[in-house]
Amino acid sequence: MLLIHCPYCKEDRPELEFHGAGEAHIARPENIADISDAEFEKFFFIRENQKGLVFERWRHLNGCGRFFNAARHSVSDKFICTYKAGEAKPEITEEQLASVLPPARGDK
Amino acid sequence: MADTSTSDLHRNHPLENQLFATGNVLIKPGHALARISLRAAGDQIEEINQVLSLDLPDSPKTSVARDERTALWLGPDEWLILDNLSSDLHELPKNLAQMLCSAVDISHRNTSIIVSGKGAVGVLNTGCPQNLSMEAFPVGACSRTILGKSEIILLRIGTSTFHVECWRSFSDYVWKYLVDGAKTL
Ligand SMILES: [Zn+2]
Repeated sequence: MLLIHCPYCKEDRPELEFHGAGEAHIARPENIADISDAEFEKFFFIRENQKGLVFERWRHLNGCGRFFNAARHSVSDKFICTYKAGEAKPEITEEQLASVLPPARGDK
Repeated sequence: MADTSTSDLHRNHPLENQLFATGNVLIKPGHALARISLRAAGDQIEEINQVLSLDLPDSPKTSVARDERTALWLGPDEWLILDNLSSDLHELPKNLAQMLCSAVDISHRNTSIIVSGKGAVGVLNTGCPQNLSMEAFPVGACSRTILGKSEIILLRIGTSTFHVECWRSFSDYVWKYLVDGAKTL
């Protein structure tokens, strides 16, 4: 089972206690009533959906109940780190990214 | 007209008269308890501790007990307080009414199941993915987690005794899950 580190419970906990909640660091426009439909669509619906490094919101739903953010590789599904909601996006080093890469094609 | 006072009415325990035992595990319904769900921010804690006459735990997965009153850490600003039914715990929402916090009486929303015996960890681990070894989950440790598809709150009250807290309406499922687990061990 995948273990996820909760930054509030401060330990690795089983994935069954968690719930993914989409892309992280999406700022809600402060003038939401004034923006155009196209701008609203971009904010509300359009997501990066990157292959590789992604920043996501997660919730420790059946645990402390808190939302937090995570840096993860979207192909290998491995977590690089998790951090509390409201904290800045962490710098991810080449080394960290290399440690979560999926096996290269052809590897057995 | 029918008498509408409820004081004399008997409240059925959802698991009344249930009991399950094998050679190494005993599963039984817990006593009726007074329960408060408490949400509060850091600067309120000191005052709440005085009203509660108990220091709320501030580390994850820990509980603090004083006499029969137990406070369980559920989240950074969330606690479950348990006490016996005749205690003054039900006064807490009233006593904290002037403060910026939320104290809600959930005595009858939840019910509890006591799982004990040397097979207790094995039974719980048939549906709960947490590490329940004494190193990771010592006596006094508590956590909101899951059992099968149902949310539960686990509190280890003895080396081989667990208090399993669940919603009243889920108690039938949780009970059957635990009994099934005990039968397969
Ligand atoms: Zn947590």
